[in-house]
Amino acid sequence: MLLALQRTLVSNVFIKTGNGDLAFDEMINVDGSPREPYRKYFEWYNEQEPGYLTGKARDAENIFRKTGITFAVYGHEDAAEKIIPFDLIPRIISGSEWRKLAQGIEQRVLALNAFLEDIYHKQEIIRAGRIPRELIEKNSAFLPQMIGMKPPGGVYTHIIGTDIVRTGEDQFYVLEDNARTPSGVSYMLEDRETMMQMFPELFHRVRVRPVEDYPKQLRKSLDHLAPPGCKGKPRVAVLTPGIFNSAFYEHAFLADQMGAELVEGSDLRVMNGKVCMRTTLGYEPVDVLYRRVDDDFLDPLTFRPDSALGIAGIMDVYRAGNITIANAPGTGISDDKAIYSYMPEIVEFYTGRKAILENVPTWRCSEPGSLRYVLDNLPDLVVKEVHGSGGYGMLVGPTSTKKEIADFAEKLKAKPGNYIAQPTLSLSTVPIMVKKGIAPRHVDLRPYVLVSDKVHIIPGGLTRVALKEGSLVVNSSQGGGTKDTWVLED
Amino acid sequence: MLGRTAQGLFWMSRYLERTENTARLIDAGFRMSLIRSVATDEDWDGVLQSAGVRELYGERPVTSTEALDFLLRDKSNPSSIINCMEYGRNNARMVRTALTRESWETINESWLEIRQLLAKRVTHATVVDVIEAIKRRTALMRGTFSGTQLRDELYNFAMLGSFTERADNTARILDVKYYVLLPSLLHVGTSMDNFHWQSILRSVSAHRSYSWVYEGDYKPANIAHFLILNRRMPRSLAFCYETLNSNLAHLARDYGGQIAAHDTAARTRNMLLTTSTDAIMDRGLHEFLEDFMQLNDKLATEITDGYRFYR
Repeated sequence: MLLALQRTLVSNVFIKTGNGDLAFDEMINVDGSPREPYRKYFEWYNEQEPGYLTGKARDAENIFRKTGITFAVYGHEDAAEKIIPFDLIPRIISGSEWRKLAQGIEQRVLALNAFLEDIYHKQEIIRAGRIPRELIEKNSAFLPQMIGMKPPGGVYTHIIGTDIVRTGEDQFYVLEDNARTPSGVSYMLEDRETMMQMFPELFHRVRVRPVEDYPKQLRKSLDHLAPPGCKGKPRVAVLTPGIFNSAFYEHAFLADQMGAELVEGSDLRVMNGKVCMRTTLGYEPVDVLYRRVDDDFLDPLTFRPDSALGIAGIMDVYRAGNITIANAPGTGISDDKAIYSYMPEIVEFYTGRKAILENVPTWRCSEPGSLRYVLDNLPDLVVKEVHGSGGYGMLVGPTSTKKEIADFAEKLKAKPGNYIAQPTLSLSTVPIMVKKGIAPRHVDLRPYVLVSDKVHIIPGGLTRVALKEGSLVVNSSQGGGTKDTWVLED
Repeated sequence: MLGRTAQGLFWMSRYLERTENTARLIDAGFRMSLIRSVATDEDWDGVLQSAGVRELYGERPVTSTEALDFLLRDKSNPSSIINCMEYGRNNARMVRTALTRESWETINESWLEIRQLLAKRVTHATVVDVIEAIKRRTALMRGTFSGTQLRDELYNFAMLGSFTERADNTARILDVKYYVLLPSLLHVGTSMDNFHWQSILRSVSAHRSYSWVYEGDYKPANIAHFLILNRRMPRSLAFCYETLNSNLAHLARDYGGQIAAHDTAARTRNMLLTTSTDAIMDRGLHEFLEDFMQLNDKLATEITDGYRFYR
């Protein structure tokens, strides 16, 4: 029995990458033995009856559907709510691997905040010649309205999701910094909740660091950054675009868990220099707004006049220091993909040390030399839109047809400044459950970070997994799923 | 609490109540068409009127098949079961931070199940099962809500939604059938009368309890009394207004003050307590019910404005 299972594992477990090498599998070594962080889980797995886990997978889906843990896919046929597929096999990170990652992440988010402070004030990094001026000032994510403005507590980006990929035992890269409104944290929490409900015995055997207190920590860090004039317990509200937004479930979930109000733009109004929400008894002031709408929609008086999602005049209240907006408007300039390529310089400039976590090598197509290289090597590269997200509008060279590549080359030549390119990384794999046993799939990792007077990193984060065999695209809108992510107590 | 949350709870409850009411109307209509020796489509005309959607149905001929589909699944009919369930569930989703996990999950599951049941046209062979399943679901939603929610302002707003909807529904059913209740020389005591009376009582799930209270005989005055003035009948106008008043009183206590709705609700209740069936019949049942429905609408508007649902 045990032998048979191990044999299925071995025969299925490695994915060949473009150049014929095997992708790094986080669970199984090349000789078929489990990697150390997975050892106890692997033992447990081999003790289970074959049909048991398949049954559990169905239970999990029912839990998610019943609870309404859904997201909407824009442009999907019935625009209905979908369930993000959840895979039962956890992604496991050892304590020592995590400590290194955490240090690197902390360094990076401190640098991001220092960078934001700088470019909205003295712009020393530009004057030092480390970043071209037009890259900042001509960038649509740069908000002139924020120049000279100091947010409460001096924090710009309070909630960050740092996307990390792994290619080997010790090779981790930061793929992207999400410093605007990173989503997905509710899936991290629900994945853990579901795993604990279904396999309580497993959590006795393997000591996993808890993630459950994220909402409490989030509330604490938002409270901490309330405007100086706020007396007593700050009133916190989560601003959502509404029930038709793809992440509405998460907005409601976080408001609920934090004990905050869940508000829409139409609930808020500026009165007597404060942002107030309409209660059944009249208008009451809000101190901290955790907003899940984009900058553009925040204030129709300052940004997009056609926005029905925002609050007219909120930017004036903000500038007067009477409300905290998390994340601050204008943080998008720090996670822009064109800025990303400068992150090693940015980290070094503000922390005085080399970046602990590496960037993926990136070609800026705005530079003629790079553009030429990218065009010559499209079949091997991943090309992304500078302002894109969600896995839309990108080219994954190795899995694209000749025609797709040729079409993309035209777009690239027309607007090179819109694109960056990176080598196709051979992302690490973790097995998922498939019809016959298990099979490896590529994963990434999004740890969540809270910044107030200190940096708090939740151990683990959201593991996204590309469910299609060989696929490198893990976005939920493109057929990705999630896994519970364990950081071991060791 | 947010005005919009109050609005969401109010409408969630109204739509879930309407889901049940529409289901019950279909049930009564379908049973009646089985009892008749010759099925007439006029009965379905009455069902559409009772549901308040006769005009929406349009000029096309009323047949049992088409009426059934219109009431169950038509997206252009805001009171169809599929729409009520969807609006109810969307409102619940909007205010899910105000609901217990059990309440939300039951509503969400019910929506999933009912949507599934109504994915295809319902045939005469399956309609009884489908209606039964819908009624079970609405009972489950009400039971879970009542069994798990705190009796706080959130609960009060949900109750206000349920009972303004219910009062409207009972009044409408009576109004559509009021001519049956008027003493008519021609029909008194005929099987024709019994048929219509039964149909009225079935539409409010009260044909059994009627016979407990009034010992069997179908009499117009008794039926009017039962549905309008009997304070122990959970769908009567008097009962609805007892409940509306007590929930408004809780809000007044919590909020330390009254709004215009308190006055309207109290006056309507007093009227229901002091009048008699004779007085109603003398004045004209239709006129009485029209006035009542206007007052009921006024109450809903005053609750909406007074508790800042939208502004």
